[in-house]
Amino acid sequence: MTGLAFALLLSASLAAYMINRRAALALRDRGERLHSLGMFHGLYGLLLILVPAVVVTILWIMLQNGVINTLTMSSLPDGALADMANPQLVLSEIQSLAQGRVFGTPEPWKLEAAERMNDLRANSAWLMVAVVAALSAILLLVSRRQVAAAFRARQAVERIVMGLMITCSLVAVIVTFGIVFSLVFESIRFFQMVPLTEFLFGTRWEPQMPIRADQIAAEGAFGVLPVFLGTLVITFVAIAISVPIGLMSAIYLNEFADRRFRAVAKPILELLAGIPTVVYGFFAILTVAPALRAWGAALGIPVAPNTALAAGGVMAIMLIPFISSFADDALSAVPRSLRDGAIALGATRSETVLNVLFPAAIPGIVGGVLLAVSRAIGETMIVVMAAGLIAKMTLNPLDSVTTVTVQIVTLLIGDTAFDSPKTLAAFALGLMLFIVTLFINILALRIVRKYREQYD
Amino acid sequence: MYDTTRTETAVSQQDIKISASNVQVFYGDKQAIKDVNVGILDKTVTAFIGPSGCGKSTFLRCINRMNDTIDSARIQGEIRLDGQDIYDRRVDPVQLRARVGMVFQKPNPFPKSIYDNVAYGPRIHGLARNKADLDGIVEAALRGAALWNEVKDRLAEPGTGLSGGQQQRLCIARAVATSPEVLLMDEPCSALDPIATSQVEELIDQLRERYSVVIVTHSMQQAARVSQKTAFFHLGNLVEYGDTDDIFTRPQDSRTEAYISGRIG
Ligand SMILES: Nc1ncnc2c1ncn2[C@@H]1O[C@H](COP(=O)(O)OP(=O)(O)OP(=O)(O)O)[C@@H](O)[C@H]1O
Ligand SMILES: [Mg+2]
Repeated sequence: MTGLAFALLLSASLAAYMINRRAALALRDRGERLHSLGMFHGLYGLLLILVPAVVVTILWIMLQNGVINTLTMSSLPDGALADMANPQLVLSEIQSLAQGRVFGTPEPWKLEAAERMNDLRANSAWLMVAVVAALSAILLLVSRRQVAAAFRARQAVERIVMGLMITCSLVAVIVTFGIVFSLVFESIRFFQMVPLTEFLFGTRWEPQMPIRADQIAAEGAFGVLPVFLGTLVITFVAIAISVPIGLMSAIYLNEFADRRFRAVAKPILELLAGIPTVVYGFFAILTVAPALRAWGAALGIPVAPNTALAAGGVMAIMLIPFISSFADDALSAVPRSLRDGAIALGATRSETVLNVLFPAAIPGIVGGVLLAVSRAIGETMIVVMAAGLIAKMTLNPLDSVTTVTVQIVTLLIGDTAFDSPKTLAAFALGLMLFIVTLFINILALRIVRKYREQYD
Repeated sequence: MYDTTRTETAVSQQDIKISASNVQVFYGDKQAIKDVNVGILDKTVTAFIGPSGCGKSTFLRCINRMNDTIDSARIQGEIRLDGQDIYDRRVDPVQLRARVGMVFQKPNPFPKSIYDNVAYGPRIHGLARNKADLDGIVEAALRGAALWNEVKDRLAEPGTGLSGGQQQRLCIARAVATSPEVLLMDEPCSALDPIATSQVEELIDQLRERYSVVIVTHSMQQAARVSQKTAFFHLGNLVEYGDTDDIFTRPQDSRTEAYISGRIG
């Protein structure tokens, strides 16, 4: 039925395109001066039908279930719901009956309700097709009557397209705000149970709560500091390794490598960016972590099985192409005239890079590094696989640490009650992560933009 | 025309700073300079004139080996500075460029302070023994470029914050600070207003006392005002070379005459 509705509205809009275009061209052939090309008259008709009809169809599909459910429930015989605790359960039972899934022997009034529900569904589908057909026909007529020499079809089409574009960009904005609001909302519930100061300044993170009263378990402590410290340690390791390597490779590729080497090396470097983070995670637990342990054992240094160094080091590999492509762009954006100026003064290539190109590119590079930092902070898969679970107040990269993202994942995995502080803590952590990365991203974009203005 | 082959006499070599013989330049397969022979004199301003795309910049960039930075560029023939072949394997282009300075068409100050812009060359070539020495070099160069009075109170400000004309004089000061023997200028006044232009021209006239100056210009008046020698290029050929007065009053070649009277360009 939905398919039929879409077929209808599509053919109606195509028909509108042809009819209106032909009508406009006929006007022109009769010697009238058209304001807009025939094509725009056609497009106007097309859009005038397409946009509202699609919107109506989609809204109909989205809203019909709710309406049908309410109608079904309100037509239940009196008293049917009286002895039942949960109308939601009744509704889902009726729904599965309506789809033909019968368990045991349901009461006859439920069967009746299911049948009514099916009737409503069928009616709704037909009604939708009818509404779409009527709407298309009316709009076709309306648009056909608007075809006239003086009608500014081009402007009308432009306005409609503009409206569509605005709507699309609003969708992104609204979704973002929706996510933020849900985070904020759940976080507020969390902070009603755990004071904000304890969350921000507490040094113990032990989110295990007793589920039953008689269970012997930790009290539950929600101090974010050790978790955040873990994120910082891993991020620091990742940045400390990836920035020098990324920068050096960008400088080499941009300034020193000959063109053939560059043509081979650059795509390979970018290939690193395409590796799924799960694969990096494998690499971290199966290769890097055991290697680190072996080295540690050989040197007599205690190395934990899940070290911050392993997780951060592998994350660094993931960040190298990111940093190097940012640095590459920044270096390439330095005008050739500056390079020539330095070379003409008798500067060697490395002096040119070091004294002139690099300082000029630094704002762009810093922007890239900051974006890399916010990626490292938000990176989840590698640390879930390679970092530890226990929050510790430590700065030792050879120790096991946990991160904000790892904690969010573990808090939400398994049986969770959505009103315990354990679960809600995940949202508070998420909100914090969001605020931190948002701040870093804004800073990074600012720096990058300021730098762009300099040379354009 | 000057004959600048290897058989020059000792006397003429003293006067000739740069001698080019049979120079050809190719960009890929395209030939931009066809067999140019010229002897450029010391302590003289030489103007290169000619229609756009005739190879003036290309030839100029051969003299300090800036064409080395262009992958597709290939040079044949010989260019001698004080009798030494600058394309010889033993010559370090970096050292050559310290002796042959260049000023570009578009002012290109580094995004550093005014002081650091001028001090850059002396620093990388180790020309100053101490800070006071460096200060002296910077001041002398800025005075030489007629910029000192305008910037002496703001040496720490970025060079990119100056006006276009000031930036160009800063670039000249930057080139002068390394005390080159030859100064190549590629249309140095094309971005300047008439006042800044006349300042730069005055400067060029003073630079002549110490350097050999080669200036590319599209302005015939400028060539006539500042230069003693003029070379006219056309389609990659050096068509005519001689005293500026002669070129502008008694051109030998019909193409030169056509160009200076405004018929080709
Ligand atoms: N980097 C390059 N790669 C390829 N061809 C080039 C390059 N630079 C210059 N050319 C070509 O060489 C020829 C000479 O160029 P050149 O820049 O020397 O001319 P010009 O006399 O300086 O012109 P203008 O007065 O416009 O500056 C032109 O045909 C130009 O297209
Ligand atoms: Mg040029």
